[in-house]
Amino acid sequence: MVDFSIWDIFRNLLLAARWTVLLSLIAFIGGGLVGLALLIARIAKLRFADQLVGGYVQLFQGTPLLMQLFLAYFGLSLFGINVSPWVAAALALTLYTSAFLTEIWRGCVAAVHKGQWEASAALALNLREQLRYVIGPQALRVAVPPTVGFLVQVIKGTALASVIGFIELTKAGTMITNATFRPFTVYACLALMYFALCYPISAWSKSLESKLHGHR
Amino acid sequence: MIAFDFPAVLAEWPLLAKGVAATLALTAVSASVGVTLGVACAWARLHGAVWLKAIVGAYVELIRNTPFIVQLFFLFFGLPGIGVRLSPETASVLAMVVNLGAYAAEIVRAGIATTPKGQIEAAQSLALSEMQVFTRVVLPPALKRVWPALVSQIIIVMLGSAVCGQISTPELSYAANLIQSRNFRAFESFIVATLIYLALAMALRRLLNWAGPRFIFGK
Amino acid sequence: MATAESPIPTGIVEIQGLRKRFGTNEVLKGIDLSVKRGEVIAIIGKSGSGKSTLLRCINGLEVFNEGTLSVDGNPLLHGNANAMRTLRQHVGMIFQGFNLFPHLSVGRNVMLAPTLVKKRHADQTVAQAKKLLARVGLAEKFDAQPDQLSGGQQQRVAIARALAMEPAVLLCDEITSALDPELVGEVLRVVESLAEEGMTLLMVTHEMSFARKVSDRLVFMHAGRIHEVGPPEQLFGAPQTAELKQFLSSIND
Repeated sequence: MVDFSIWDIFRNLLLAARWTVLLSLIAFIGGGLVGLALLIARIAKLRFADQLVGGYVQLFQGTPLLMQLFLAYFGLSLFGINVSPWVAAALALTLYTSAFLTEIWRGCVAAVHKGQWEASAALALNLREQLRYVIGPQALRVAVPPTVGFLVQVIKGTALASVIGFIELTKAGTMITNATFRPFTVYACLALMYFALCYPISAWSKSLESKLHGHR
Repeated sequence: MIAFDFPAVLAEWPLLAKGVAATLALTAVSASVGVTLGVACAWARLHGAVWLKAIVGAYVELIRNTPFIVQLFFLFFGLPGIGVRLSPETASVLAMVVNLGAYAAEIVRAGIATTPKGQIEAAQSLALSEMQVFTRVVLPPALKRVWPALVSQIIIVMLGSAVCGQISTPELSYAANLIQSRNFRAFESFIVATLIYLALAMALRRLLNWAGPRFIFGK
Repeated sequence: MATAESPIPTGIVEIQGLRKRFGTNEVLKGIDLSVKRGEVIAIIGKSGSGKSTLLRCINGLEVFNEGTLSVDGNPLLHGNANAMRTLRQHVGMIFQGFNLFPHLSVGRNVMLAPTLVKKRHADQTVAQAKKLLARVGLAEKFDAQPDQLSGGQQQRVAIARALAMEPAVLLCDEITSALDPELVGEVLRVVESLAEEGMTLLMVTHEMSFARKVSDRLVFMHAGRIHEVGPPEQLFGAPQTAELKQFLSSIND
């Protein structure tokens, strides 16, 4: 019977943490790009954009992420595509992130005073110029704290990818538990690892938020 | 052309119904106990002794910065390592309560912190005790202020309960998994379950937005 | 130069040597005041003279640093929650900002404290609330919500709410300063009727003609001290100190 030390457990978890970080970044950046496109479609008042994007957001915010992962995994394979857990997880998390980010950012754009739109339009700026030089910078300022805060949600979301077989931190934890028969220690270490990943980002988001408001 | 077979899934509606009932039961218990816990923690963070503030603060930060599935697995798989064995249902409710409690604590704390000072002074001047000031004058308007955020969080926890199926709690996602393991209609099973979750989320939001003013904070 | 009267031991409010600091700023620099039962006292002075702070010390909303303060023979004990609660059943306060509870109807605003603190039965408190609202001229507003009322009406409800606790002393902290001019009269009429009924009143006010008409004594405060005390005719007619003279001329402009 091999005796595993806490360091052994940590070491193996750390190796798996790479995948958690990678998946989180892919989902966050990919989701950000998709979310931005959806946002601009809404702002530009493209036909049906408001209803479609609104429905899209409602769908992802009103259903469990676990179901979204299952659907990505089993859905894609229906189309004959041999889907690895990686691809399914990346797809599901990217779409999930895009829905939440587009909604967060929509709120930030709405927070920009209507007068800013009016003034820039009166100066004959077109939509692209309004967004780039007037509205965008102001919305961006307000958007940074909640966007950073959502990264924490994405990291926590990657834990669910373990259920469809993707080997990240949580899956590794389950496997290590089975190998070491020390579930209490392993799951405690697992929680601490997520905490180590998420807490600094949460704290950063909070400090950004208070800097934005000047006082608290 | 892919052939979908939804009737095969819908034929299993008794299983789905049982799953829905379990999901709703889990949510109902967790919501009531979790929000109460959150209110208690919010009070502790604002008025409690230094050591209590520290414990509550640590609890809130720990829960908010770890995934729910890890919290659930810790309770169900981890605790047996020190001799504590919980049933799937108990572990699920406990995990959901602990989870919601932490988020509710932050939400309610924000609501309480924006109480106008004059309200508290008026209540104190009327000789109300500290607890009476808190429960009768500070809390109802605070809950009203943060109700949308609280409702959203309850729905998030309800949707998160889907994970509890992984430890064999017989809720909706477990039912969907069971159905697809029998008829191999994975996609259809999960689509149906997902749509049911969506309907539950919308209904729950309506219900809570109606119940809040009616039963909790008046007007 | 302070002309404080020597404290009469039987006064309902006895203040001796009261001092209060906010950080390094001393806001009350030694206040001596004795208030007889049934007296109406108006506290006047410039902003920043410490008037409101003094009032708020009397019901414990502000904690004073030195001196003694007793109400009805009982000294103020800040650390003792029970003592403070008992104090506040004897001393009521009306605020500049009304501070009605927005989530309760007008009637429930008035009934809340007697129900919770005096543990009265529902029918007693309802009857009492209705009587008090009628007294301030708002009988028909029992079921209304505070935000449906004008400022003057809200302030009258606040008076009814404070009276529901049957206090021996009522503190009024600039209760008409936040009201539109045309609403001031209805509130002052209620206060005047309270004075006529023999309620002990301590009012911080800028309404000089009202203070002159209704008060037994005027207290003029300046920079944290009581500079002059006396009947209205004495202070208005024959001001002794330069500060009071200057204050009176500034309000007459």
